[in-house]
Order: sequence, then structure tokens, then C-alpha cells
Amino acid sequence: MLEGTGTSRAWLRELAVALVAIALALLAGALLLALAGYSVRDAYWSLFQGAFGNIYSLADTFLNAIPLMFTGLAVAFAFRGGLFNIGTEGQLYVAALATAITALAVPSWPPVLAIAAALAAGAAAGAAWGFVPGLLKARTGAHEVITTIMLNYVAILLTTHLVKTRFKAPGPVDQTALIPAAARLPELVPTTRLTWAIVIAVVLIALVDWILRRSAWGLDVELIGQNPSAAAYAGVPVTSRTACIMAASGAIAGLAGSTIVLGVLHRFITNFSPGYGFTGIAVALVARTRPWGVVPAALLFGALQAGGLSMQLFARIPADLLTAVQGLVILFVAAPGLVAIVRRRRRARTPAAHEAHEANETCVAHETRDAHEARDAHETREAHETRNAHEAHETVRKRGANR
Amino acid sequence: MAVASPDLHPPIVELIGIRKRFGPVVANDGVDLAVLRGEIHCLLGENGAGKSTLMKILYGLYPPDGGEIRVRGQKVHIRSPRDAMALGIGMVHQHFMLVDRLTVAENLIAGQEPVRNGLLDLRRARQAIREMADRYGLRVDPDARVQDLSVGEQQRVEILKALMRNVDILILDEPTAVLTPQEVDELFRVMLQLKADGKTLIFITHKLRETMAFSDRVTVLRNGRHVGTWRTADTSPEQLAEMMVGRQVTLRVARPHRLPGDVLLELDRVSAIDDRGQPRLRDVTLSVRSGEILGIAGVEGNGQLELEEVIAGLRPISSGRIRINGQEPRQPGPRGRRALGLAHIPSDRLRRGLAAPLPVTRNGILGRHWQPPFARRGVLREPAIRSHVGQLLAEFQIRGRLDAPASTLSGGNQQKLVVARELAHGPRVILACQPTRGVDVGAIEHIHSRLLEMRAAGAAILLISADLDELLALSDRLVVMYEGTIVAEGPADRFTRKELGLWMAGQRPDRAGSLAQAAPDRHPAPPKEGAAHA
Repeated sequence: MLEGTGTSRAWLRELAVALVAIALALLAGALLLALAGYSVRDAYWSLFQGAFGNIYSLADTFLNAIPLMFTGLAVAFAFRGGLFNIGTEGQLYVAALATAITALAVPSWPPVLAIAAALAAGAAAGAAWGFVPGLLKARTGAHEVITTIMLNYVAILLTTHLVKTRFKAPGPVDQTALIPAAARLPELVPTTRLTWAIVIAVVLIALVDWILRRSAWGLDVELIGQNPSAAAYAGVPVTSRTACIMAASGAIAGLAGSTIVLGVLHRFITNFSPGYGFTGIAVALVARTRPWGVVPAALLFGALQAGGLSMQLFARIPADLLTAVQGLVILFVAAPGLVAIVRRRRRARTPAAHEAHEANETCVAHETRDAHEARDAHETREAHETRNAHEAHETVRKRGANR
Repeated sequence: MAVASPDLHPPIVELIGIRKRFGPVVANDGVDLAVLRGEIHCLLGENGAGKSTLMKILYGLYPPDGGEIRVRGQKVHIRSPRDAMALGIGMVHQHFMLVDRLTVAENLIAGQEPVRNGLLDLRRARQAIREMADRYGLRVDPDARVQDLSVGEQQRVEILKALMRNVDILILDEPTAVLTPQEVDELFRVMLQLKADGKTLIFITHKLRETMAFSDRVTVLRNGRHVGTWRTADTSPEQLAEMMVGRQVTLRVARPHRLPGDVLLELDRVSAIDDRGQPRLRDVTLSVRSGEILGIAGVEGNGQLELEEVIAGLRPISSGRIRINGQEPRQPGPRGRRALGLAHIPSDRLRRGLAAPLPVTRNGILGRHWQPPFARRGVLREPAIRSHVGQLLAEFQIRGRLDAPASTLSGGNQQKLVVARELAHGPRVILACQPTRGVDVGAIEHIHSRLLEMRAAGAAILLISADLDELLALSDRLVVMYEGTIVAEGPADRFTRKELGLWMAGQRPDRAGSLAQAAPDRHPAPPKEGAAHA
């Protein structure tokens, strides 16, 4: 997070946790495969081949990962501000349509301008789709989980409706016309569909990371996420910031849709997303809400997706099993209790100074004196009693939230 | 260290070499404790010294990692509170374990309901409760619902609960923390009665005054270790404080006389409502001058929190005016107040004063993180932040690393960080709320002397505190709040503790027209039934 040896160690520790979780998930997946009567070796070999075997499968992995980088980053950023943006799927749909319409509207513009305008339109549409639940949350307390989920349906059905009634290209499929070549994102690696979208994603990740760590606005976001009361105390305008955080998150998620339209599909097709928005939530969790963590997490899920196809084709394993493996990854990373037990065993032998502090806190809270703190102390004591079971899990969770 | 000469009474409880760790933290490190039959034994120590842990081991809430427990000379293994109660050991917790919606009688019989013909025999239960209550002067109505009782009454119910289970060793965990002075007196009377009846009492506290007032013997714990046990009569508050902290401590703060200057904080008939729309502040008028500390006394929940929030800009006022440094804030919210020179030490550091998971560097600039030198055009300036916060740590002797989360600091160091941050920018008005709550004696001393320095430098300080000793030690003037209004005000040295306690309980001291004046035009509301007993 910031300079200092302790934090870089913590970072490594989290990486280790994530890797162990992935290994455990693959192990559990192997068990599933074996139980279902498939050859584990064949299955994982074709998974690996499909994800990293050659330049094309590698490109496929990246291609799947790019939208997940955007949606994962969007969810992670909202998380940092204490908000749960489940609406990335809807945001990417409205953004994708806005991008397609804009690109079709400016056929004669030079490429850079056309692309910029189309991206901006998409980001703006996504932002609007995020802003509404943000505003509702800030003004009325309407929970953003509910409102964003609802707006997903609205977005998907609204875009379908608009395409059918206003923007449909001739033919059986509900889709817009192809966008002009000038508005298409150029390929980064020839003959793959890997475009400059990945550069946009990485630049955006760097930007968000910088904002969170180095800007006063980012500190506002962190404050709201960690302790809204303290944010209000510090004079942060919590209401307007909350709406802004959701809008920014929506804009980022929107770019997932926009870059797919400009770089891959070259048009808007109804129901085009295989759930990039929802997988983005998993990506953000695996990334432990760190912007840079989104890159490997998105690649992991991209690889599972790309490899899954080849697993299905060559090892003849149903895609459902792969979905189960993906679910296991999320389970192991997001609910790291099992991983933590392993860590706790080890830690029992080598207690880190860090944990000493945390436990110390608990003890201090234990003997606090006033009525008011007695309540806290009571809660802490309860935490203490469940500590044996959940201790390490809690530690990991807290740390995840901290960064 | 010194151990009291053996009394005539044999020890009823002996803890020998008790060890307990929580992860890598050693809470009890080979603690010995011998409690004699029929005595009031104080367990004294700072927060985190291991007092509660030790008693929770005795009560069967925590298993010890090592050591031996003997009760009435017999070695015992206490695995649960049930085991403890079977041995006649009861405990009254800081946080009451009562069911709010049930009556006193129902709470008291829960778990051992008297039954007649398969039906609950509440009449017999009531009878038993009355007898027990009369015997020890624990006045409480068996048919009242717990939610309607005052804190003091709830505590009496807890004590009764233990007595009903035939406890003869009673552990009280910081029982006075939540009580008004009158309720404390009442509790002490009950404790003496229990002692006269042959019960043994173990009393956890960190307050020296209480320890001196009525314990027979005292054991001091520090950092999980047994420092010593003395007969209370053979020791002094200064000695005990030194034992608790491990170094010499000044218990009295020197508060040089000072002529107050201009009015810097002014509230004119300010009213406010709470989150549920209930009026919590009614026409509060007060002013604090430069170089003056105005203390706000009151039982918690009588509008102090709303007063704090209104002044800090965290709660809108429904009527009235606030002037800080002679001006009404133009901008609503805390920023406008800060711009006028207000510093705010919030009453709850973890809920409001700190974002504990964020690094110390960030917490050290909270509220000023948009301003130069910490930020320029919205970009944080790390070198300026680090040098400023580093300076705060050094100046206030805060142990902690700049990049570590604030949650890794001890409670005392967290509070010092909040105080350091708020006092760093030469505030004209300081809103100091519970500035030493839950911090150790050393940090209290430090924070008090800083506040007095600010007073000497001409700041106006509004001190809201639940700690009467703190209020009396620091304040030039005192105001008592009861149910959202000011019921009394006057120079601090004109109030006695007893008078303060009565005002706080919503009563008027007997000698009307005492030197401290009742606030004009305001009549104290009729006292809540049983809230205090004059």
C-alpha cells in the first residue's frame, strides 16, 4: 500500500493466500472430476492447453480477461468506498449500446476522435447507470445491492427493446449495424482479436490505484469505505461522494461493454455478455479489492473460461463442471477460512509481530471501563470466543478490507 | 513484593501461577491471587493489565493455559460458569446479561424456574426475590420490566441474580463505571451489607478513589503480572498509582488561575432532535471564554452526545444559534467549523475519531487532508504528511509506526493520536469529549496537561466527560445537563461531588440557593422513579 517493509510483506502474504486458494480449488475440482468419472489429467491438460497452449489460446485468455478487468476494477473500486456494485452487468450493457450508437453516428470522424467519443459516451452511460443507485443510497438509504440488481434487468431489457425498435440492422438477429472501421479499436497483436482495450484497462487500473493511494479524493473514498462516521467527522461530503463513487464505478464497468463493441463485436448484439459483470464481482473478491490484483484475477478467470472451452471440446467434459471449479475458486478465496486454518497452524509456531498488535487490541478493549465501551468490549469478547474458529479467517478478511 | 500479613480468615479463593495467552499476547503471566473469606478485595490495574481475564478464568469463561485454582482449599477445575456457580462463585459483568423485555422476576428465575403442578409459580418467585432484596437493601420492583429500569437498578438485578443462585463469592467487573455518584454510594452500601453477611467480594476497578474508600485489601496487576497485594490501610493512592503504571505519576494537575478573555464559543438557545425525531437538546445557552475550561457534567444520554454533534456540525440544530470565534459558520458541517478554528476530540475515537484500518499517516491528517501542506490540487503530499505525523508521534510519545494501521496502536496511543491531530493547528475553540475514556493513567496525565497548555495559550475548551474526577480537576466552570437542558451552572469549586450527583440525577440539592446556582428559568424535570436516592 504505502512504503514500508511491513506492507510489502503483507502483500506477499495475500498473494500466497490467493495461490493456495486456487490450488485448493483445483484440487477440489479434480476430486469432482474424478468422482464424475473423468480423467483428471486429460481434463486439466486440455484446460491448460486451451488457456496457455499457444499464442491463440493465450490471446483467447486475454480476450476473456479484458472485460473482467474493467468490471473487476469497477466492483473493487466501489468496494473500497464501502459500496457493493452488483450492477456492473447492466452498466456494461447501457454503455455498450451508447458506444455503438455514438460510433454509428460519427462515421466520418477521424479514428482517434471517433473512438474517444464512443468510449466517452459508453463511460457516461455506465456512470449514469451507477449514479442513480448511488444517489438513492446517499439520499434515501436505499440499499445499492437491491437497486443495482434491479437496474441490471432494466438495462438488459431496455437495450434489447431499443435495438429491436430503433437500431436494428436488417436480419434475423437483434443487433445494430456494424460500426465504421474508423471507430474500431486497432489490433495489438495481428490476427488475434486482442486490441488496445487491454492498454486502456491497464492504464485505468494504474489510474485508480494512484487515485486511491495518492489523492485526497481517493482518501475520501477510503474513509467512507472504512468508517463513514469518521468520514463525516473529517468533513467529507459523504452523500455526494457516495453518488460519485457509484458513478465512477459504473463508468469503469461501462468501458467493459464499450471495448467489446469497439474491439470485438464491432456492433451491439442483444444479450452479448456471458455475465462479465457478475464474474467481475468474483474478480474483485479474488483481487482482494486491490486495483493491481484485478489483473491476475481477471487473467485467472479469463484462463478458466478459455480453457473451459477446450476442456469441453477435447476432454468432452461438460462446461458445468468448469463452472463448479470457478465457483470453488471464489469460495476458497472469498471465504478463506480453510486456507486460514493452514496459515494458523503455521503461525502458531512463528507469531508475527503484527498479529500481536491485533490481539493486543482485543485485550485492551476487554478491560475498557465505561458503559459505552463496555458494549464494545462485550462484542469483542464475543468475537474472542468465536476467535478460535474464525481467528485467522477474520484476520485475513480484515486485511483484505484494509487494503 | 509485599504481601499482607496473614489474616485470621483463611483464603477462600487461591489462584496460583495463572497463565493465559490470546495468540501471542500474554494476558496473565503467572498471576497469584489469594482472596480471604469475607473480605472486599480490589483488583486494580490499568486497561489491559489482565484483571478481567483473570476473573473470567475464575468464573469459567476462559480456560487457563496454566496454573492452579483452589476454592476453599480444594483444587478445582472450572470449565464453565455453571461449574463456578456450583462452587458458589458469581460474577456481575460490565455488560448486563438481562433480557430487556422480561420483568425482573422473570429474569431472576430464568434457568431455575419454580414450578408448582407443572405451572410456573411466579408468586413464590416474587416472594423469594423480595426477601433477598430486603435482606441486602437491593431495592427493586420484581414486576418492573428490565427495559424500564435505570442502569443502577439493572445492576442490582444482576447482583440479585447471583445471590439467588446462592453465591458467596461475588465478582464485580468495573461496577461503578456506569453509575451516578449516588448510585455508587448505594452500591457500596449493598457491598458492605453483603460483606457483613459473610460474602466475599472481588471488585475489579481502575479507580483509586474507590479502592481506597472501601476495600479491605488490594491486588495490583500490571501487564498481566501480579505486582503485589496490600492491606488497603497500609497503602496510599500515590503508591497504588505508581504500582499500576510502573512509574511515578502526578495525580493532581496544576491548574493555575487565569483570567478568562473573550467569548469564543457561544450557544444561544440551541435545540436539536435525535435520529428518531425526539427532542434531545432544549434551549441550551452557554458560552466559553478564551482561557477557560467549561465542563459539562451529566449522566450519559442526557443530551451530551447531541451537544457534541451540534457544535461539531454533525447534527443540524432545530433552533438557536452557534457562534465560534465570534462568527456563525457560513459552511454547514465540520469543515466550516474547522475553518473557524474549532478542534474536535470526539467522544468515540473508534466510531468517529479514526478510520482504524487506515495507516497512522492518514489518520494523522484526517479532516485536513484536502488542505496544504498535506494536499495540493487534490494530490496528497507524502513528505509533508509524513513529517507532520511523525512530529505528532514524537511530541505526544505515541508508540506506533507511520505506515501501520491505526488499529495496531493501543487504546491510549490511538486517543493520543486523535488529541495530537486536533491540537496541532492552534485551535481557538476545543470541543473535548470524553478525552480520556478508556485510556491508561499515563496517557490521561499527558492529555490533561496538553489541554491545560491549550487553556494557558488562550483556547476556549468545552469539556464533556462522564468522569467527575476529570471534570472537577480540569474545569473552571461546570454545567450540569439533565434531559437535554442545563439544570445547574457555576464555578467548578462551588460544587461538591454530592451536589453534582443530585443535579445529574435530576434532583435539586436540599440546601436550595446553594452557592452553585440553578440555571435560571429552568426547573428540573421530576426525577425518574428510582433514578437516584437522595
